[in-house]
Formats: sequence, C-alpha cells, structure tokens
Amino acid sequence: MNARIQKLRKLSVEAEPSLSIERALIETEFYKENYGKYSIPILRAMNFLELCKRKTIYIGDDELIVGERGPCPKAVPTFPELTCHSVEDFHVLNTRDKQRYTISDEDIKTYEKEVIPYWMGRTQRERIFNHVPDEWKAAYEAGLFTEFMEQRAPGHTCLDGKIYRKGMLDFKQEIKDHLESLDYLNDTEATEKAEQLKAMDIACDAVIVFAERHADLADEMAKTEKDKTRVAELKRIAEVCSRVPAHAPSNFWEAIQMYWFVHLGTITELNGWDAMNPGHFDQHLTPFYEDEIAIGTLTRDQAKELISCFWIKVNNHPAPPKVGITARESGTYNDFTNINIGGVKTDGSDGVSEVSYIMLEVIEELHILQPGNSVHISHVTPNRFLNTACKVIRKGYGYPAVFNPDVYVSQMLRSGKSIEDAREGGCSGCIETGAFGKEAYLLTGYLNVPKILEVTLNNGVDPGTGKVAGIATGDPLKFKSFEDLYTAFKTQLNIIIDQKISVNNYIDKMFAKYAPAPFLSVVIDDCIQKGRDYYNGGPRYNTNYIQCCGLGTVTDSLAALKKHVFEEKTYDMSKILEVVSKNFEGEEVMRQQILTRTPFFGNDEDYADSIATQVYNDLFEAIDDKPNIKENGKYHLNMLSTTCHIYFGKVLGATPNGRLAEKPISDGTSPSQGCDTHGPSAVIKSLSKIDQVKSGGTLLNQRFLPNLLKKEEDITKLASLIRSYFALGGHHIQFNIVDTATLRAAQKTPEDYKDLLVRMAGYSDYFNDMNEDLQEEIISRTENEAF
Amino acid sequence: MASFPDKVDSSDVYSCLIFDIKRYAINDGPGIRTTVFMKGCPLSCIWCHNPESRSPDVQKMYSTAKCIGCEQCIKICPEHACTLTSDGIITYIDRCIVCGQCAESCPTKATEMSGRPETVQSLMEILEKEVLIFDQSGGGVTFSGGEPLMCSDILIQLLDACGKKGIHRTVDTSGYAETETILNVAKRVDLFLYDLKIMDSIMHKKYTGVDNEIILHNLKALAEVGANITIRIPLIKGINDDPKNIEDSAVFIARLAGDIKGVDLLPHHNIADNKHKKLGQDHTSQTMVAPDQERQEQIIAQFEAYGIQAKIH
Repeated sequence: MNARIQKLRKLSVEAEPSLSIERALIETEFYKENYGKYSIPILRAMNFLELCKRKTIYIGDDELIVGERGPCPKAVPTFPELTCHSVEDFHVLNTRDKQRYTISDEDIKTYEKEVIPYWMGRTQRERIFNHVPDEWKAAYEAGLFTEFMEQRAPGHTCLDGKIYRKGMLDFKQEIKDHLESLDYLNDTEATEKAEQLKAMDIACDAVIVFAERHADLADEMAKTEKDKTRVAELKRIAEVCSRVPAHAPSNFWEAIQMYWFVHLGTITELNGWDAMNPGHFDQHLTPFYEDEIAIGTLTRDQAKELISCFWIKVNNHPAPPKVGITARESGTYNDFTNINIGGVKTDGSDGVSEVSYIMLEVIEELHILQPGNSVHISHVTPNRFLNTACKVIRKGYGYPAVFNPDVYVSQMLRSGKSIEDAREGGCSGCIETGAFGKEAYLLTGYLNVPKILEVTLNNGVDPGTGKVAGIATGDPLKFKSFEDLYTAFKTQLNIIIDQKISVNNYIDKMFAKYAPAPFLSVVIDDCIQKGRDYYNGGPRYNTNYIQCCGLGTVTDSLAALKKHVFEEKTYDMSKILEVVSKNFEGEEVMRQQILTRTPFFGNDEDYADSIATQVYNDLFEAIDDKPNIKENGKYHLNMLSTTCHIYFGKVLGATPNGRLAEKPISDGTSPSQGCDTHGPSAVIKSLSKIDQVKSGGTLLNQRFLPNLLKKEEDITKLASLIRSYFALGGHHIQFNIVDTATLRAAQKTPEDYKDLLVRMAGYSDYFNDMNEDLQEEIISRTENEAF
Repeated sequence: MASFPDKVDSSDVYSCLIFDIKRYAINDGPGIRTTVFMKGCPLSCIWCHNPESRSPDVQKMYSTAKCIGCEQCIKICPEHACTLTSDGIITYIDRCIVCGQCAESCPTKATEMSGRPETVQSLMEILEKEVLIFDQSGGGVTFSGGEPLMCSDILIQLLDACGKKGIHRTVDTSGYAETETILNVAKRVDLFLYDLKIMDSIMHKKYTGVDNEIILHNLKALAEVGANITIRIPLIKGINDDPKNIEDSAVFIARLAGDIKGVDLLPHHNIADNKHKKLGQDHTSQTMVAPDQERQEQIIAQFEAYGIQAKIH
C-alpha cells in the first residue's frame, strides 16, 4: 500500500456514516414544481438530471477515481419518494448503537419542514401498505416473511461489458434510432415507449453533466493547487471526466472511472438493493490493462493503485439506512457490491488474468468492508489462482467467497438464458445468480421456513402473538404419521408463498408505474430495444427470487419429530409441543436427548439429508416458474439468508430440534449452528444431495480454526475441499476463520459451536471436548498465529 | 526376539473395535483423509495422546464439562457403580461391568463408551463416502490407533477392500509386530507413517513399555522391500530430544535402504490430559513439554547433516 492509498483508506475507514438531506431537498423542490407536468418516466429522468446538475461535487485530496453519492465520503442521501423517514426515524438512526447514521438537529428540522409534508401519502411504502390484505399483514408481522421493496427499490443489478465499448453518446444514438423507428400505426404501446426512450435520453445527459461538473471542479482545483504532481493529477482527472461516460473509455483509468460514474448514476437515481455491481470487473479491465502494459503507458503498480482507489470509493458508500423490520432483517453498512473475480469468459475459457491477481492483492492489503468480492472457480480455472485466493481466505477477513460457474451457468441455462449470457453472468449481492447486464433479478424478501413449521404445529396460529398467521392445516395431535405432518407443513408453505407472491406482483406494478429507472434502463439490455423500463420488463430476462431461510433448522426439527414422535415414539406429539411452547424450561434432559440423538443435516447421513432434499424440492415446486408481472418473467427459488436468519430466529419460539426460542435459525443452506460434527467433507456431501441447479443460489458458511490452515499444504487441502464441493455440484462456499472472540464465545455456549474441529497429527478433537487449559492454549495460538 | 501380546483375534467375528473415525483428517498423510482409529496397542508410551487407544477393550469415558448432573446413569446402572460427587460422576471400576447402559441413558453424551465394533463392510460404507474428496485431494484412508497391526487380519481385509476401490492406503504404526505380519501388510499399503521414538533400547523400554529391537528390525525390513515410509518422531523434552538420541536416529535412518520420504517431527502437546481424566486415570503427562523452538531447529539441522529432510509437523 503506498502513501496515497494508506491515506485514502484511513479516511474511508474512519469517516462516520452520515445522512445527507441534499438529495431529498432538491427532489422535493423539483417534484413540487413539476409533478403532473410530464409523464412519470420523463419526470423521473428530469428529477435525475436536476440532481446531477445541482448536487455537491466532491473531489478529495489524493483521489484519482472521483465521485460520491453524497456531498462527502460515507454521506448517504435519502429517497423520500420510496420511504420518507420520520423525525423519529432520524432520531433512532442518529442514536442507535449499531449501524448508526449521524444527522444534525438542524437537518432534521429542515427535513421536517421541507420534505416530510410533501411526501406524506405519496410514498411507495404507503402505496404498498395501503394495499396489502390483512392476512398478508398478519403473516408479515408474525415474521413469516419480509418484504424487500418497502424501503428500497428493486435492484440487484450487475453490469456486463457494454459500458467499456459504448459511451453515453452511443447509447443516445441507439435511443434516437429506436425512437425514430417506433410504429405508431400498429404498435399500441408506441406512445409509452416513446416516453420511456425520451426519459432514457435525458438520463444519459444527466450523467454526462455529472461527469463534466467533476472535470470543471478538477480544472478549477488545479489552478490553485501548489503541488505540481497533484496539479498534473487533477488535470488528468479533468481529462478523464470529460471523456467518460460520454465516450467509451480508451484506457485503464478511464475504464474504472466509467464504471464508477455509472455506479453513482444508478444509486443516485434510486436506492436499489445491493447498490450496483461491475460484475466480472477483472475481465472488463483486462483488455485495457494488457494494451497499456504492452505500449508502456501503465505499470502494474499504477494499475493496482487505481484499483485500490476504486475499492476505497465503494467502501465510502454504506447502504442507505433502513428502519423497522427491514433494518432488523438487514442490519449492516454493507451494500453488497460483490466483485466477481476469475470465472469464465463468454466462450467458456478461463477468465483469470493478471488483473485478477492484482485484485486479490488489493483485497488482502486493504482489508475493508466493501466491496464484497468473490472468486469464481470453474473446471478451467488454474490451481494457482485458487491457491492464491485460499491464502487470502486464510487471513480471516471472510472474503473472498468462492463460487462455482459450472453450476451457476447450468442454473441460468435451466431458467432459459443463452449460453453466452449465462457465462457472462455470475453472482451478486451475496450469492444470487443472474445474467449480468441483461437481467432484472429482484429479491422480493426472505421466507422464514422454520416459522412455517411452527405455525403448522399450531394449526395456523403464531404462538408468539397468539394471532392467526397462516391457515388451519389440522390439529397436530391428530397426525398419525410423519407424512400427515409433512403434508400439513407443505400445504401451509404453499399458502404462505402464494400470499407473498400476490403482494409482490402488486409492488412490482407500483414500481413500474411510479418509480421507473430510466438511467438503469440505459445500461441493461434490452430496455432500449424494447422501449421499456427496467422495472417493467425491459430487461432480456426478468426474475423474482424468494429467499428461503433456515433449511437446516427446519430439517433438523422435522427429523426430530419423525424419529422421536413417529418412529421411536420416545415422546408423543403433545409432550413435544408442550415442552417447545415453554422453551424447554425444566426439560433440559429431554432437550439434550434430542440434541444428541437426532440425525441432523450436514453430517452426510441420509436420514436428515433426505428431509432437507424434500423440503428444498417442495420450496422449488411452490415457487419455481410462477409468473411475475413481466413478459416471460418468473419467480425462482433462492436460498440466501444474509443476516435475516438472526431476525427470523428472534420471532421464532423454541423448535423441536432443541433450538431455544429467539436463537438464530440456520443460515442459507448451512447446517444448524454447531450441528455438523463430522467435519467439512461431510458437510459438503450433505449439501451435494440437494440439486443446487434448481435454485438461484445456495449458501454454505463454514467455520475453520486457523489451526486447520497452518501449513502450506493445508492451503492446497482447502483448495481440494472447494474443488470437491464444486465437483459435487456446490454453488457457493465461504470460510470464516474463527478468531479469539469466537473461541471465547464457544467456551461460554459450547452447544452452538460443536463443529469447531482441531486437528493435530494422529490426534483430533473438537474444541468443545478439550479441557479448559487446552482451549486456552488453542486460543493463545489463534491470537499469535495471525497470518 | 521380543514376545508379543496376544493379537486381537478378529478372524471369527470379522470385526474390530474402533474408537474414532475422523473425516477431513489433514495431518495423517497426503491430501484429505479419513482416519480410522483402531483400539488396542502393545505399547504404553507415557506421552501417548490417545490413552483410550491402549486397551483393546471397550472403556467408559466421562466428561465433567458435558455432565448436567441429571443422575440418569446412577439410576440405570445395574451394578450401582456410579455415584455423584462434587467432581461429577465417579464410577467404581471394580463394580463396573462395562455394559454401557449409563452411556445409552446419558442425555448429553457426557458418558460414552470408547470402542465400537465395526465390520469391514460397515467401515467401507463410511470410507466410500469420501472417495470423490480423496480423488480430488490426493488423499485416502489412514489406519491409526492404537496399533492397527494388532488387528492385522481385519486390517488386511480392509486394505484389500480399499485397494479394490482405488483408495490410497496409509498405515500409522509403531512398528511393533511380527515381521511377517508387517511385510504382509506392506504389500497392501501405499504409505507407512512409522514411529521412531527412542533409539536406546533401555530408555525405550522405560518410556514405552517395550523393547525397540523389533521396531528397528521391522523398519529395516520395510525399507529393504521398498515400502514408502515417512518416519515420525514425537519430540518430548528431556526424554528423546537429546543430541545423542537425535544423532542415533539420524544415523539409523540414513543407513536405511530405499528412499525414505523424510522425517516428521511432532512436538509434544499436553492434549491427552483431558482424555486421561475422562478415563478416570492418573497420569504424568502434564510434566512433559516439547523442546523449545531453538532446540527444534537444532534437531532439524542434525537431520540435515545426514541429508535427511526433517520438518515440524
């Protein structure tokens, strides 16, 4: 890390996230003046243009890549057209311990006076909540599912390589051609299409203006700058910003700045989930890198410095703040821009280049929260790249995640994409599969699958609130067999999913109607060709995902009921229900019996694994291929949980697998916390029994003690474990190298950490099984063996 | 020639006692392995890190940390051999008939029986679960113990079964067995992890309970038939880390026929304390430590002087 990067990194890491009311003020003023004068798409585009013309421009000391969403690093604007924060919300955000966003009292007062009165009754959130049926509300409040689009726009967008080949002026020409070829005689939608296309044209102008203002500011700053080197840099910045995004980039620096302007445009226009994502950024930058290295206008160090500058830019952009349930489900500053590194090219060949290795170095050296990043390991990926990535994993930052293109390309082929589009796709956000630059793949919300079982076991009632949350699927005491129980669970599952989908369809329409995204539509195929907005079926592919959580918890609970109630009849159903309802109080013996004598998911035992497969397949059947509101658009299954498994656990009572009330449910498709006691190879075997190609992503987190990655050969073994999982059809795996704090926690609540392995020659044990002295030794070594 | 303890006869029942099976074993040979720990050992090394491996019989193990004091074991014991004290459950060994009912009734598995019978078939089912992972990683199965050669009949059957499935076979051994047996096993083994503890025969007997004459003889014999061998030396300060023992070891290894893969040095850890406690045994292991870093480096250099690559494992 050179001095510049150290300085920029420090500033980024130390800056406190804050709220900026600038966007809301400009927007409110604009809406007051113009609402009703134009069609909605044009209104949105003009609003965006207004923002680009008026927002504060920031160029920080030492920066090479420029541009911020807010007036300074880590300042986040609000989006009152979607959700208008109340004064109370601001106070909560300003004072809460975690994910705090500062805001001054003066700004809150201004907001209260200028912004809030205008938006009351006009926000997307109100449109949504005014519409939804009571049953939906009951299920939502019980915590059966969450709703993504009540505070943020549908997003989850990734780019392909088009912005490195075309500038905004090229897009404007394309828009013009399509406008001219509209057939008003035969096409009944021609008028709407014209409005959409005109809006896209305005949006292109907006980002050009935005860039030009940066060029002007850089020129201005150069005039008063005393340091000659910095003067040259500022002039170069001005030059870069007057070329991109109007024109396609002509060199490495411009390519990065090009992407960054498009990123900023998207997240200024709206606050889509998961911000924006460059997709296969290494592959996009490689041609520029190789050309410039060949002619000598760029060195490897300079390239690395520019990539580092970009990385820090992303870190300057915390997620827009959420409140209420949405904050509980997704409480993090991370906005999930997930840079894909490696992978395959559109022709199926290896996508790894020198730029991929540079990015791994940047990840290792910078060690910052954002951007998220992942390595993509297909059968053509060289071992050298995987091993280099494993060395970064060993650092214990939790990054990079590891993905399997061989599986996600199949996933995309299965859901109807062309082979080239599938290969250019990848994973964004956490683990979600999509065709980059060509697909709107929207997350609609998480589904609390263990909660569905809880409601089933209470015949439709949420025992937490005592209110009806699902439908009556029968008195569980009358179930004669496991099949009876399972059928009731499946019925409940289908009802809840349908309820969620019907409301999501309404929400999609509201976005298509009131909050189109003309700028985003410019950069996603085939919005221009179709003359349709990103939210209205403009993209080539249109997917809605429902993210199902808690596969491990629900599987283990069903396995416990199957074994102890229906097969071995150790306990009858009424006993289990009674004990679960009082959170196992006074029944520790029974809870321990269940914990130690139930086959749990993640141990390569078919008893539990077959239940997991069954649940997974039934979720698939319930969701997959249901139409969404878009032409040829479909719902698909996803198995992501992000941090929602913690919220879902909070609203869930004790479960029959021995899990206590309010404890987190299992995350993604990982086994329940601490229940995988046969090591990582047994875990990947269990996971491989579910047909992962059927979902838009599965998620496997594995905890490793540093002890397992001590020797150089251990790295190769980790790499083989990953290769094995991927050969078995795994989609994603991520390793958390546990730290001292985790081991301390394991000493306090050993039950949740039964999976922590310690391996020594000829000897192995679980951390929990060691005596305190030895645990202390392991802890002190964990501290000392920082890699 | 030293006399051998009775071999655990598995020919009639086709089963042996296993006290553990570990998947993702990454320190017991190349690649990712499944290690099968077989119960029973003719040696009684005072530093032994798997004390439950010594006895060829089923043994009761009890963990205070896991015990919730529910007294299920006390209630169920037909011999009234269990009692609750301030240190948890205590078992009167003289009364215990090792029937295992206490373990069966224990809700937390604080009490467990070490040693379960497995057949070739049942073990192969477990081993075959990992074939793809063995293939990807260049791993396989490691038979460890205890002393796997004590169950040589079933070991040979297992090695043959693994051979048929193309699974790489490692045997982790003390070398204390009939030469004929070890050579017979060698025909079916891809790699030996061979322990060389102490070169001086008196000291060897003092610390391990047996002579080392046959161990050294067998190592020579294996080397002569071209077996693939990695030598393992535990390093315990004041017991076998002295320059003379290391020198003698290096000389011996250097003179072996064939191509010895190298020496793995295993600095001692007090990891067995808890297991001794679980077995209700007194032991002296807490007084043992590994040689310090400096001495470890000297030891590596001593081997290097003889052209032997030694590394800390």
